Amino acid sequence: MAEAQNIPVGATTAGSIAVAAESTVATRMSAPPSFDVADFPVPHGREEEWRFTPLERLRGLHDGTAVANGGGVKVTVEAPEGVVVETVGRDDARPGRAGTPVDRVAAQAYSAFEQAGVVTVPKETVLTEPIRIAVHGEGGVAFGHQVIELGAFAEAVVVIDHTGDAVLAANVDYLLGDGAKLTVVSVQDWDEKSVHVAQHNALVGRDASFKSVVVTFGGDVVRLHPRVTYAGTGGDAELFGLYFTDKGQHQEHRLFVDHNAPHCKSNVVYKGALQGDDAHAVWIGDVLIEAKAEGTDTYEMNRNLVLTDGSRVDSVPNLEIETGEIVGAGHASATGRFDDEQLFYLMARGIPEHDARRLVVRGFFAELVQQIGVGDIEERLIAKIEEELEASVA
Amino acid sequence: MATLEIRDLHVTVEADNATKEILKGVDLTVSQGETHAIMGPNGSGKSTLAYSLAGHPKYTITGGTVLLDGEDVLEMSVDERARAGLFLAMQYPVEVPGVSVSNFLRTSATAIRGEAPKLRTWVKEVKETMESLHMDPSFAERNVNEGFSGGEKKRHEILQLELLKPKIAILDETDSGLDVDALRIVSEGVNRVRESGEVGTLLITHYTRILRYIKPDHVHVFAGGRIVESGGPELADKLEAEGYEAYVKGGVSA
Repeated sequence: MAEAQNIPVGATTAGSIAVAAESTVATRMSAPPSFDVADFPVPHGREEEWRFTPLERLRGLHDGTAVANGGGVKVTVEAPEGVVVETVGRDDARPGRAGTPVDRVAAQAYSAFEQAGVVTVPKETVLTEPIRIAVHGEGGVAFGHQVIELGAFAEAVVVIDHTGDAVLAANVDYLLGDGAKLTVVSVQDWDEKSVHVAQHNALVGRDASFKSVVVTFGGDVVRLHPRVTYAGTGGDAELFGLYFTDKGQHQEHRLFVDHNAPHCKSNVVYKGALQGDDAHAVWIGDVLIEAKAEGTDTYEMNRNLVLTDGSRVDSVPNLEIETGEIVGAGHASATGRFDDEQLFYLMARGIPEHDARRLVVRGFFAELVQQIGVGDIEERLIAKIEEELEASVA
Repeated sequence: MATLEIRDLHVTVEADNATKEILKGVDLTVSQGETHAIMGPNGSGKSTLAYSLAGHPKYTITGGTVLLDGEDVLEMSVDERARAGLFLAMQYPVEVPGVSVSNFLRTSATAIRGEAPKLRTWVKEVKETMESLHMDPSFAERNVNEGFSGGEKKRHEILQLELLKPKIAILDETDSGLDVDALRIVSEGVNRVRESGEVGTLLITHYTRILRYIKPDHVHVFAGGRIVESGGPELADKLEAEGYEAYVKGGVSA
């Protein structure tokens, strides 16, 4: 009768319970990180980091057959006064400084990009309005690189909005100076045919705060790799994610927090709803607490709400601890079905079926939506969730 | 005056790839202002009756009629039955994560009453009813039935009963799992609703204990999927003294 059967940590959940293979952060990788695509073998699908991904739907991003055809995506940056917006060549030192590609598609994106966007918020500049980066697919193939750099004690909110039709491989770097505060909302609201594979690298400065909100609704295949490392002590990273996986969609979020400095915090919360045949959501949450990272405080959670039969969730949290001198470390994963008993209970109190479903799904996401802290994005998300639910009822 | 008329109700469930008949011709009429106790041993089909009346999809009606003020209840969806004035206080209320009690109650009251209750009077109404059921105000902010103790779940059911003011209330083993204090508090809530004279109550129970607090007008013995004996409150005293053995062993057969 219970709504959510709790799935043991480390389980793969698809209505049934299976125990995931033993693996560590290191063994997940088939090659060490590299900027050069040639350092990665073409994946065949059985590698740990590719085993959930439908390679045949990546439109050649993984095997070198996808070629940029110019005008693949159009990037527009709207920034308040005081922000420096540049387009730079491959010789610029900033692209790649926040992190190195960890799989073949990210390396392909790095090897193939011609120009990178760099948005800089100078030190001690506190923005009151968000920076908005619109990435609009124009029907082509593109390799992108975007850098967002905050100087010491700068504060900014950045919204990166992906829409349209594209085959896009990209790296996004977030460089946070000491004491800087950055909130990034990345919305994947693609048209249904789009393929988007990207690595997000955050390098969090001493006492800096990084908040990432990843929102994935659209696309045929979306595979994102949000990663955090620390450049000093006292850094704080919050990684929030929300996805709504529909019929036939593959949405994969692979997180990695590398606690490589003492006294840093991380908190990961990803929630997803799935509906329709062959909707497939994958969540991988890797946290590594290195031996030198004493005083670490970390928690990660993934929750999934399965609305209909025929959809599949693979949820794999993984915590590796190399020191016992920490404040706290935990993880949780649960996948629950929206079951008939819940529906019956609400309807037995006079609530029509449609409203009952909406009540439950809104409730499921509400706590997370409130964390975003960007008014118009929150409203858009709620509207989008409603829209997805309307579609499911119809 | 609202009346629930159950005539020759037959109900089956699917279990282990077989169809099993649970209710084998139930006849019962409950009118507003009356309290009927349905008593019977485990497995006699009491809860099936309750859930079938509320429209749970697990049960298939294979025969008979159920009318509420002449309207065909069996043709109504679950929510329509509730809006028509049927209320089922469940033995095992369901957890609804992410939905707060206050949001749930208001959504439900809006659906049942046909319009959103005025906020100020509503807040007062909820607060007072919760107080009378000895519920802490913080209860309203918790998620529906999530992490509730057995007693809290039952109080929450009776809170809904008091707020939704149905025409016919079916209480499915509301007394099970309650200690004496909780039983008294819950019974007082049921009695407040009964005192209005506007509700017909169908009290389903295994034990006579709750009948010390909620006095029935009629007592029915349920066994083998139908009512096998009906009488006044004195029938409960007989059951208290003699138990269900006579009925279970087929002492009364129809």
